[in-house]
Amino acid sequence: MAEINSKIPEGPLAEKWTNYKAHQKLVNPANKRRLDIIVVGTGLAGASAAASLAEMGFNVLNFCIQDSPRRAHSIAAQGGINAAKNYQNDGDSVYRLFYDTIKGGDYRAREANVYRLAEVSNNIIDQCVAQGVPFAREYGGLLDNRSFGGAQVSRTFYARGQTGQQLLLGAYSALSRQIGKGKVKMYTRHEMLDVVVIDGRARGIITRNLITGKIERYAAHAVVVATGGYVNTFFLSTNAMASNGSAAWQCYKKGAYFANPCMVQIHPTCIPVKGDFQSKLTLMSESLRNDGRIWVPKKLEDAKALQAGTKKGKDIPEEDRDYYLERRYPAFGNLVPRDVASRAAKERCDAGYGVNNTGRAVFLDFSEAIGRLGKEVVKQKYGNLFDMYEEITDDNPYETPMMIYPALHYSMGGLWVDYELMTSIPGLFAIGEANFSDHGANRLGASALMQGLADGYFVLPYTIQNYLSDQIQVPRFSTELPEFEAAEKAIKDRINKLMSIKGKETVDSIHKRLGHIMWEHIGMARDEKGLKDAIQMLKDLKKEFWSNVFIPGSGDDQNTELEKALRVADFLEIGELMARDALNRAESCGGHFRTEHQTEEGEALRHDDKFMYVACWEYQGEDKDPVMLKEDLNYQFVTPQTRNYKK
Amino acid sequence: MDKDIKVTLKVWRQKGPKEKGQFETYPMEIHQSVSFLEMLDILNERLVKEGKEPIVFDHDCREGICGMCSLYINGHPHGPATGATTCQLYMRRFHDGETITIEPWRSAGFPVIRDLMVDRYAYDKIIQAGGFVSVNTGGVPDANAIPIPKKNADLAMDAAACIGCGACAAACKNGSAMLFVSAKVSQLALLPQGRVEAARRAKAMVAKMDELGFGNCTNTRACEMECPKNISVSNIARLNREFLCAKLKD
Repeated sequence: MAEINSKIPEGPLAEKWTNYKAHQKLVNPANKRRLDIIVVGTGLAGASAAASLAEMGFNVLNFCIQDSPRRAHSIAAQGGINAAKNYQNDGDSVYRLFYDTIKGGDYRAREANVYRLAEVSNNIIDQCVAQGVPFAREYGGLLDNRSFGGAQVSRTFYARGQTGQQLLLGAYSALSRQIGKGKVKMYTRHEMLDVVVIDGRARGIITRNLITGKIERYAAHAVVVATGGYVNTFFLSTNAMASNGSAAWQCYKKGAYFANPCMVQIHPTCIPVKGDFQSKLTLMSESLRNDGRIWVPKKLEDAKALQAGTKKGKDIPEEDRDYYLERRYPAFGNLVPRDVASRAAKERCDAGYGVNNTGRAVFLDFSEAIGRLGKEVVKQKYGNLFDMYEEITDDNPYETPMMIYPALHYSMGGLWVDYELMTSIPGLFAIGEANFSDHGANRLGASALMQGLADGYFVLPYTIQNYLSDQIQVPRFSTELPEFEAAEKAIKDRINKLMSIKGKETVDSIHKRLGHIMWEHIGMARDEKGLKDAIQMLKDLKKEFWSNVFIPGSGDDQNTELEKALRVADFLEIGELMARDALNRAESCGGHFRTEHQTEEGEALRHDDKFMYVACWEYQGEDKDPVMLKEDLNYQFVTPQTRNYKK
Repeated sequence: MDKDIKVTLKVWRQKGPKEKGQFETYPMEIHQSVSFLEMLDILNERLVKEGKEPIVFDHDCREGICGMCSLYINGHPHGPATGATTCQLYMRRFHDGETITIEPWRSAGFPVIRDLMVDRYAYDKIIQAGGFVSVNTGGVPDANAIPIPKKNADLAMDAAACIGCGACAAACKNGSAMLFVSAKVSQLALLPQGRVEAARRAKAMVAKMDELGFGNCTNTRACEMECPKNISVSNIARLNREFLCAKLKD
């Protein structure tokens, strides 16, 4: 069995990253020009990495599936980005941000990685301001902050409700500058379909040109995957339509470990599902929980009336409202972490207190905030979110409480990486949401932006040099090598096979069925029987997909149905691995809740004695069960405790 | 209250950039709570089931922020709603029996790729010409080292809200990209970080815009009317000032 080496540097927690940088190998400027790096993805992680690497002198080939690098789904992040600046003088520090993140992740992340993340968080804010990111400011001209779930300090920097957009445009502008200089060669509308491994090292990728349908080969000295997460496995999620797990999945199939696949985040504040035709779910920023209060009726008859539409939220008098988060978690109230808030909503709806026609919604109410702050202030803070809500639901949240329900949002799991962000395939790196590294079993709000930019601006550009330093003598690879030949042929065979099925089911209809299985059995609450059933159902659905899917058009041309089919083929397998991982992890932690493992009060029950590890899955071949390897988590600096948001 | 309505869609179909396109007509019965793009999904699902090729259109985030969706709907970029993208448009904006015409952006700067999908990489090229602050990663001052008046920060944010969708050039009878260019020039010129290069930026971006075949601005303000993010034409005035000052100094 392979040994898992996370390469965590020696020394005290606060000195590890400094020590690493002091002793790592570097590549001198003249040699950087001779080295090529492929970066796949242009979100926060991909764009910041591509720009930074090019600034240093490397030749970068950067790929994205959209028509422009500015469209990556990081752009949709609303609320903010955390940093330990302590500008508010409320007692924040690098250690506190580290501690909150480790605790928020329910003690399933690496201490050294998370500490480094907290450490570089401050550099990110400096960098973004220097780029001209228009963060919100106070009247004195200094930066403003707000609070987010899971923290008792205000450390979240924001740009209205569009922080992700502004940070991405900052990274995109840095990237554009390097494209203009010719240091980055940009390939838009290209989808990575495989990684090419030569003599055990990642040396290139195979892509499909989404406009021409042509399969293309690209070689480099190292490959960086920054392709985001895989929660579109559930069909309905807050991810963009094209967000997919295929690039990471192909890395897994070439030998990279996939870590903690069962750990996905369900975000508590999304607009509820309304019908079968729905294509995606819309997030309402977590920042709304700063001023909005979450409630359901206390009386079952009021809930029934709301479900039947005979009463409205504002008809329920104050004394008959159950502010269940404030009731259950007095210390954090409406600002408990996402996993806790989501489960509490499900618990109330399961008990029959849901407030819309499907019974799967709770209220997020701003009437108290409007009374306290005035409508104008609320409008200034959340106006764009309120407008968005009204456009979608035809309800005015200034007058009637919003309805929300949890939805799939983010994957904490992903490609396993060591401290250097390298996967188990030498020369293949994974950054941002695509890796598993920093959020453990649950990610805190405003930490995804922080991690994506930390990886791309401040971590990978250092650590990749430690790998590349002995590659300077390696000449450029020809894409005519047999390994490229074989990888291209395998993809063409796969596409031909898909095109030749000519069955009766559309890709979307199978994807929707996949989503139902995932939501029912591998969603907010999981149990042994459900997971075992799900594995079988997913195997059956996969078989049906490969024998009954219908894709019109041709494989050698632009074909949006084929694009979706290639992604869904992988989602079907990712779903199965998620179920396996969830079945193996017989405990509840963070976003992973096993109903067999809960306290009497219904809180998650961890089993640190048995599951204090990262589950790393290794592919064994088609139709063979994967093997699970453990990376033990040795907590040396903090003592894992039961998360308590009550006091 | 939302209800089921019958509409007739006239959709532009075009095989490729050099092929001749034409309108195809599709009757639809649809609930008004469905979004416009979900309606196209439903139509595409139907076409696929009939063994036909689905309508190609750009879309991704479906929450109005990525800028990927486009479409002329009844002659308006992003359709009848103001301050919203096509993906944020719901069928309650249409009435029973209505005929809805759907076309790709019609602008020299954005050639059609297929059906409703166009090539907007020209906008990226304009940004590459100068839409940035020339700082490398690392070695920058503390974020609070330079106070910025809230008013300027807010104005910069107003301009920075541009999503690069192309509606401004598509709406303009001259096919001008001035609103897009001015939004980026304004954002950076309003902030001390971007002020240093303001003159060079304005000249470089305007020159690239001209080179790529976008037309001139004649102040019709159609861009502002159709912009899904309500970007103000006052940004164009600011760009003109920046550009003139830069040229006078030459």
